[in-house]
Amino acid sequence: MDETVAEFFRRTILKIPITEMMTVLKAWDFLSENHLQTVNFRQRKESLVQDLVLLCEEKRASLNDAALLDIIYTQFHRHQKVWDVFQMSRRPGEDIDLFDMEQFKSSFKKILQRALKNVTVSFRDTEENAVWIRIAWGTQYRKPNQYKPVYVVYYSQTPYAFVASSLLKSNLPLLGQALTVASKHHQIVKMDLRSRYLDSLKAIVFKQYNQNFETHNSTTPLQERSLGLDINIVDSRIIHENRVEKERIQRVTQEIFGDYPQPRLEFAQYKLETKFKSDLNRGILAEREEPLRCLVKFSSPHLLEALKSLAPAGIADAPLSPLLTCIPNKGMNYFKIRDK
Amino acid sequence: MSVLRPLDKLPGLNTATILLVGTDDVLLQQLAGSMLKEDCASELKVHLAKSLPLPSNVNRPRIDLIVFVVNLHSQHSLRNVEESLHHVDASFFLGKVSFLATGAGQESHCSVHRNTVVKLAHTYRSPLLFCDLEVEGFRTTMAQRLVRMLQICAGHVPGVSALNLLSLLRSTENPSLEDL
Repeated sequence: MDETVAEFFRRTILKIPITEMMTVLKAWDFLSENHLQTVNFRQRKESLVQDLVLLCEEKRASLNDAALLDIIYTQFHRHQKVWDVFQMSRRPGEDIDLFDMEQFKSSFKKILQRALKNVTVSFRDTEENAVWIRIAWGTQYRKPNQYKPVYVVYYSQTPYAFVASSLLKSNLPLLGQALTVASKHHQIVKMDLRSRYLDSLKAIVFKQYNQNFETHNSTTPLQERSLGLDINIVDSRIIHENRVEKERIQRVTQEIFGDYPQPRLEFAQYKLETKFKSDLNRGILAEREEPLRCLVKFSSPHLLEALKSLAPAGIADAPLSPLLTCIPNKGMNYFKIRDK
Repeated sequence: MSVLRPLDKLPGLNTATILLVGTDDVLLQQLAGSMLKEDCASELKVHLAKSLPLPSNVNRPRIDLIVFVVNLHSQHSLRNVEESLHHVDASFFLGKVSFLATGAGQESHCSVHRNTVVKLAHTYRSPLLFCDLEVEGFRTTMAQRLVRMLQICAGHVPGVSALNLLSLLRSTENPSLEDL
């Protein structure tokens, strides 16, 4: 085996945590049960990795097998990447042929290889008619860099693709073109939606987030079901003076956010390009023709749940600004706000 | 008519009622829970309100002590307390009102300056207590103090009145504050 490939194997296997090693290797399915039994999984990680690499060499594993292992690792650790969402469209009135996955894959690969001689493209099919694509970019004169790949998850029955790129932005137009042509679309547009949580992005884009899977006990009064803040007092010596207002807030919050768990986003960003408005007649910032440039960013481990709990916690008034509540509906978490 | 007056109702038998006013509902509820866990000879009642004035159509007992809770992390909670203060009759401030500032432990999150609350308490001639209500140990201690203050304000402790307590709690005035 080529030294670079062996090194690539070593580094990829080294990334996998010991607790997941068996699961990942089984999913990879390149080394059979018998092979795996010959390896001692209780030794130190470096020695284990060495043994596994030797085993791969014996079995004549190729670069493609290594790339496939890398895809599987990323599928298990999809939260380590930041995913952008792209939407493709067809010309109005264009006929939609039946989608052929194999044709898509070969077409995609050909387009990239025609443009850039040095590129490694690997595919892995998953459920829901989706395919994970891994692309390692090179240049005219350099071999592909296996350590900075781009991942694309394309749902073939939809016009959406999710892209996790490392820092190389220059190849994105080519990637977009390859995706569009291979999937028989006309145009590709980047949506203003980005997050680490691929499943949440899927839920937002495919409008699947508003499904409540728990059995709904509709006889329970509104107060007890919502948000963990118990209005039904445990102790009857505690009296809430603003009970009516609290119930209103709970109701409004439930109308806007629903009963279901919110999709997970880490931030929302608002770019303001509006003129500064001030009550005072004089002021340095007032009376300027140019818009005031300002960026407001909300970050949270779980932004939408945090927004949902703002009004019940007393930090904000209900209903919240529509700029905040429209995020899952519009499928955006980057906004540009201009004067009307 | 939406102003709270201390003596416009008859007291209940052996009952002491405290009113906690503040925007942080969770913290108020936790404090109420801690207070009710204390052993107390009197029957305690805790009323929680986001702001004043209180809804007028409710039949409520006489309020013996009002504690305004300001969260130093939130300008909104300070403004809320400042506006609620307008709905309290002046005679309440003879020892039956107290201010509680929470969140001082996390300096980096504080958007209300400590001096602002100190000035506010000084303006209304009422004691100011500091306590991080999120920390259970501090909250329990504060609950014990409030229960004791409440008993005095309700007149359940012979020989000590709310006004006595007020003069005991008043700290030596900081000379710079006197100039305000």
